[in-house]
Amino acid sequence: MINFILGVVTSANYWFIVLRSTAPILLVTLGAVITAQAGIMNMALEGSMLWAALVGVIASSATGNAWIGLLAGVGVSVLVALVLGFFALKLDANAVLSGVALNLVATGGTVFVLFSLTGDKGISSSLPSKVLPALTIPLVKDIPWIGKVISGQNIIVYIAALSVVFVDFILRRFTIGRRIRATGENIEAAKAAGIDPVRIKFFALIVSGVLAGLAGCFLSMGYTSNFTSGIAAGRGYVANAAQVVAGGTAVGSIFAAMLFGLMDAMATYLQNIGLMPELIQALPYAVTILGFVVVTFVRDRREAERKRRLFASSTMKKENVGGM
Amino acid sequence: MERLSETDSLFFHRSDALQTLIRTEKLSKIYPNGTFANKSVDFSVLEGEIHGLVGENGAGKTTLMKMLYGEEQPSAGRILIDEKPVSLASEFAAIKAGIGMVHQHFMLVPSLTAAENLVLGKEPKRARTRTFDVEAAARITEELSARYNLPVIARARVADLSVSMRQKLEILKALYRGARILILDEPTAVLTPQETEELFVELKALKQQGKTIIFISHKLKEIFQLCDRVTVMRDGRLIASHRVADVDIHQISNEMVGREVRFEITRPSMAPGERVLDVRGLAFVDDFAIPKLKNVSFSLRKNEILGVVGVDGNGQSELVEIITGTQKALAGTVRVHGVDITNRPPSVIRRSGIAHIAEDRMTVGTALPASIEQNLLADRYWSRQFSTKGGFLKRREMSAYSGTLVREYDIRCNSAHQPVASLSGGNMQKVVIAREFTANASILIIAQPTRGVDIGAIEYIHSKIMEMRSAGKAILLVSSDLQEVMGLSDSLVVMHQGEIVAYFPDASRVTDKELGLYMLGLKRQSEDEIRKVLHE
Repeated sequence: MINFILGVVTSANYWFIVLRSTAPILLVTLGAVITAQAGIMNMALEGSMLWAALVGVIASSATGNAWIGLLAGVGVSVLVALVLGFFALKLDANAVLSGVALNLVATGGTVFVLFSLTGDKGISSSLPSKVLPALTIPLVKDIPWIGKVISGQNIIVYIAALSVVFVDFILRRFTIGRRIRATGENIEAAKAAGIDPVRIKFFALIVSGVLAGLAGCFLSMGYTSNFTSGIAAGRGYVANAAQVVAGGTAVGSIFAAMLFGLMDAMATYLQNIGLMPELIQALPYAVTILGFVVVTFVRDRREAERKRRLFASSTMKKENVGGM
Repeated sequence: MERLSETDSLFFHRSDALQTLIRTEKLSKIYPNGTFANKSVDFSVLEGEIHGLVGENGAGKTTLMKMLYGEEQPSAGRILIDEKPVSLASEFAAIKAGIGMVHQHFMLVPSLTAAENLVLGKEPKRARTRTFDVEAAARITEELSARYNLPVIARARVADLSVSMRQKLEILKALYRGARILILDEPTAVLTPQETEELFVELKALKQQGKTIIFISHKLKEIFQLCDRVTVMRDGRLIASHRVADVDIHQISNEMVGREVRFEITRPSMAPGERVLDVRGLAFVDDFAIPKLKNVSFSLRKNEILGVVGVDGNGQSELVEIITGTQKALAGTVRVHGVDITNRPPSVIRRSGIAHIAEDRMTVGTALPASIEQNLLADRYWSRQFSTKGGFLKRREMSAYSGTLVREYDIRCNSAHQPVASLSGGNMQKVVIAREFTANASILIIAQPTRGVDIGAIEYIHSKIMEMRSAGKAILLVSSDLQEVMGLSDSLVVMHQGEIVAYFPDASRVTDKELGLYMLGLKRQSEDEIRKVLHE
């Protein structure tokens, strides 16, 4: 068993799959990061992904063009985010409950649409849908081992990597990032500064919609070449936990998503050697939640430790009052 | 309204350079719940003056200012700036019209720097990349800070700035947005006497530079120190506007309450009894890892009011929270009649004989949506007096009892069944006091008993506290109102940065100036002097 795992983790193929598995969760985690920073939890990420995955497949098969499929998928994903924004920000409904409701609609709705079009409730294989292209990177592809890992990935994998830079820039370099953080941290201060928090939150939702849309389309038009019911497989939910593991930053999202990707890829291998597949498939989720718990625990412990040290140093500095 | 135009025209003749900058015409506001907060208010402020706005809580000052700052929309009437009607549909519109507001609770983002907060909403960008220009933001902050002589540290995170510096940053923020009119909502509530004086010098300098300032305050002394004119509001109406030079403090206070106010507190002399509460070596660190209490020790005796003085945020709140069990101490002990109650749940602590007037009556002191009766009985409804053995409530006993308390404590309401949320600040506080003072406790922990309470109710609350002292209670009184805490207390301790830095066995023999030196940490008594508060 140990030897098997060692063999797996040293193979270029494993790392190729790791990157491929990391990409969708990375995209959707970035979406969760930017909305969390703006002070609204986008629980509808799962629904966004599901609709994007389905609409991408339908649009690409109707037009014969994968790019139009991607565009349509991202568009519908943004629409879901906007609907959430409408419920939560305009109608003042609870954002988490609205998100969960949208996800339930997506779970049933995608299957309904799929069945109406194909007569199949499980998979869209009867639709002649297209797949987004893979890219081979010149020069890099010739580097031994590394070339095999990095080159030849689907274009969305590279877009996911670029998205980290994109979200990082939004949050840290652009003025909108300061406004997002101000809105998330002290909404009254943002308002008093003439910032419209509703607009800021809508902006964050739209960005998260785009990111979730890319992730959803990747699942049905790259990672696999079909839409299957429940294809998002809870990634949208896990993203909100991964966001915490990421510490609310774009760069942190890489680590949080990687954690999921490593386990997801490992699960693919372990399934092959006949371990209980249901258990194995739960692994990436369990590990992310575990990461969530560990990160929260470590943070609290560190905080307590810092307090104790600070207190110790402050009492040593001065002679104190009292009868102790 | 007759009076207003009189004083106004008088004023024009004397110094015809001053013109009306902003005024309201028959401005009214009715809230959806039916509260008539402003009734046909004609308020006017002259260019380049400091205009005081006074009134009891619920008099309508805050509503009027909210309409001027675009946070609330008038139900009737209009607002004119430079004699032109304006529509202030949002804070943003008000900012554009040249109105800036410094709220009582600062509108700052703690994790951003002072400079980033200052430019928030109107950020400088790098010419080429259109990204946020950190350097320019810092430069702008430093320039403004120098120009208006309001010192702030541009590159420090707001979380690390002192309260008075945060306030200066708020003023700069408004000025950066081009404010000609600055509205300051009770700005001195969080400052020491020294910091207040510093602020007044700065505000007068701003006036010299042509800014117009509206200064809201409960403290009439400050109005007379600082303002050129003063407007009094009562019950949502504008009662009068005066030149400060033309009136005295008694006339203003009469207009505020509609009757003469007694400022003195009568206190019969009384020898303190035995020790009932012993606090030793209390330590606490807050969520931001800041030590809030470091080795705090004192004792409280029967028939004694021990006042705790200090600038807000120097550990007073944490001290009260730990004693009353809503916060856990890192170290140290709290003993009631020799019994250790440190870090026990509030129910146990209450049973040991501690009652608590919480600093925040809205969140801790009362349950807002619950009725007056439910709030009054919150700590005793389960007793045999109000519920049967089977667990049924005795409704008739409950309403008879709450009716008695409502009458005894002069809680002004239509019925004991109306929600506490519908009461004014003063009456809400009376509900808390009625419950806590009848809780059969031997120790009363009282925090900010009259914060945001109107003058009439303040007087009443003070007399009740004195009654409790005569009845043999041991009272710990925490208040940021120096006049109050000095007037009520037998003895005083001063807290600075989580420590007791001074103990005065006789509160009547210390001046507010001297207390200020200890509050700011400029002075500190010797160990031996402070140790006397242990009464060992």
